[in-house]
Amino acid sequence: MKNRFSALLLTLMLLLSCGLFWGCGAGEKTEKTAVSSQRAETEEAEAEYVPDYDLEYYERFKGQDIEINVYNWGEYIADGEDGLMDINAVFEELTGIRVNYTTYETNEAMYAKLKSKANNYDVIVPSDYMISRLIEEDMIQPLDFSNIPNYRFIDEPFKSTDYDPDNIYSVPYAWGRVGIVYNREAVNYEVNGWEDLWNEALSGQILMFKNSRDSFAIALMSLGYSLNSENQEELEQARDLLKKQKPLVQAYVQDQIFDKMQGNEAVIAPCYVGDYVIMKEVNEDLEIFIPNPTNLYIDAMCIPADAQQKEAAELYINFLNEPDVAADNMEYIVYSTPNAAALELLDPAYSEDEILYPDASELENCEAFVHLSQQTNLTMDEMWTDILSSDSAYRAWAMPVFLICAVAVIICMSIYRKRKKQRESMDDWN
Amino acid sequence: MRKTHKISAAYLGLFMLFLYAPIAILILYSFNNSKGRVFTGFTLKWYRELFHDAAVLDSLMTTITVSLLAAVLSTIIGTMAAIGINRMKGTERSVIMKFTYLPILNPEIITGVSLMLLFVTSRSILNKIHMNFEFGMGTLIVAHVTFDVAYVILNVLPKIKQMDQSIVDAAMDLGCNPVQAFFKATIHEIKPGIVAGFLMALTFSMDDFVVSYFTAGVKYQPLSVLIYSMTKRRVSPEINALSTMIFVVVLAALVIWNALQIRKERQLRLEQSAAVKEGMR
Repeated sequence: MKNRFSALLLTLMLLLSCGLFWGCGAGEKTEKTAVSSQRAETEEAEAEYVPDYDLEYYERFKGQDIEINVYNWGEYIADGEDGLMDINAVFEELTGIRVNYTTYETNEAMYAKLKSKANNYDVIVPSDYMISRLIEEDMIQPLDFSNIPNYRFIDEPFKSTDYDPDNIYSVPYAWGRVGIVYNREAVNYEVNGWEDLWNEALSGQILMFKNSRDSFAIALMSLGYSLNSENQEELEQARDLLKKQKPLVQAYVQDQIFDKMQGNEAVIAPCYVGDYVIMKEVNEDLEIFIPNPTNLYIDAMCIPADAQQKEAAELYINFLNEPDVAADNMEYIVYSTPNAAALELLDPAYSEDEILYPDASELENCEAFVHLSQQTNLTMDEMWTDILSSDSAYRAWAMPVFLICAVAVIICMSIYRKRKKQRESMDDWN
Repeated sequence: MRKTHKISAAYLGLFMLFLYAPIAILILYSFNNSKGRVFTGFTLKWYRELFHDAAVLDSLMTTITVSLLAAVLSTIIGTMAAIGINRMKGTERSVIMKFTYLPILNPEIITGVSLMLLFVTSRSILNKIHMNFEFGMGTLIVAHVTFDVAYVILNVLPKIKQMDQSIVDAAMDLGCNPVQAFFKATIHEIKPGIVAGFLMALTFSMDDFVVSYFTAGVKYQPLSVLIYSMTKRRVSPEINALSTMIFVVVLAALVIWNALQIRKERQLRLEQSAAVKEGMR
């Protein structure tokens, strides 16, 4: 009787969880309408520019209850803060297409999510080298440019790039260069090259990129090689250089660069120029030097091969290239816009900044990342681990010895316990 | 005597400092005018902007909904399971108990990835028979329930063991059927365990990042996943403001609950002393 009851409870438990499974897809469609009407409250800020959206074009899906899934970097779109446009809300209002907007933190995380096929995305915003990888693996599809008329605003240097030479798969979103940010007061000389990141006088106050690709690029460039080098010997030289730098480095950072540089905790670091502009607003002492050549990075919008709403996704891409939309967006994220018409609308504080928008001649020698062969990626990852673990205090045998000791202790304890039990039962016997 | 008192007070103070200094700093920065750690002046703008930031508010709603629903479901399932397990014997019981510990001992990332794979496979099967299944609120809740249930079972089971079985027997003697006996007797005896299990499940669900990271869909992004995605650039100070508000709400709830408890106890004591006086007279 008791056993049957417990069995019944367990089956009930199973059934309940099964029931949950079936119910998964349903019931998700309602809730969000309230939010979108809330979002629509944001007003448009541009005074002199009257947006002239092609309504016939944008309203073609109205009332059809269509939604698109957008997967973008975190904090990488104007969302109504600082009086700028709430882009997703305005797009929803204009087109009647609902935007499901989620965010990621690295190209690799986005790639993994895409590869897992857990979700279908309609618009993604990978960087240069990731785009060439996605093309190679057939994970993104060609765009229909007749459906993206605003592509005409894209500046020439950002067309026919290394990662998408025939302009088939991507529409650039934002770009920037890598420079060296430093604290004028603390460094007290003019920084003039990558070598300054190896300056022993600044030991313990140098920051470096946390990801292998960016760090290797800096080492390769300072050696005068291409940042896309796949030459084993060149990579080894870069590794040795990074190893030499390690004792001088305070920390390998991602977003902590903001706090550390703004708070004078570190004095020199490689950084994306857009991030420098933001840091400079807080800490006046910061300066930037941009070596030439340097790494030019471009993030671009693509449509995955398994997208469900390709046409609506193209509407979204086109909308993000409306001059006023792109301008507001760029004012929020403070990288550089590839959109020439948006550049004219941009706050002169940004558009006339030679660091954000350098002379075209300065871009000529710059190089963007392309996707490397799997072998090179593997080698680079191995080398990077080698660099990070090349601590003088690190002992290769420490971990196995520790594990063996732990196992030995556990075995001893269990033997001791068994003996004790035996003795006790003997005592009972007596 | 005095000296040890001072030392223990200093120890306690230091301990509290370590526990609460980070939160104090976070609260301080939620009022910081600049986006970084450099304090440039007092402002309330992050609170204002927080209430206009649909993405953050949506994520907060997702987190609250998922953890509440998952906690309720796992409390029901877990309590039933605990009663069932309590009645098992020998190998059956020890096998089920081992399985209960599994989600707790298993590294979260393995739970997360395996759940994602499970959902992907079950979707492809369901799609074949033309059933709609997407990653979203449903997958999040199922995923959270899988690890929440274990906490509920482990909280409820000891209470069932402690319970005096004769209370249930008495209820049955007085004419209850087993179901009535459960609702009238058992549930009151094990209530503290159920409440503790529910609260624990709720807390773990709210805290969860890894499992949510792998099982979230395109419409609902839990707060922890959203915050993590901000680390490429910088975590918005709005998050400081939000965390401050969550902290204040939790603190207020605790204070109110404690105050109620104290009042209840005082009332009880008053009644008791009144009864004693009555008796003396």
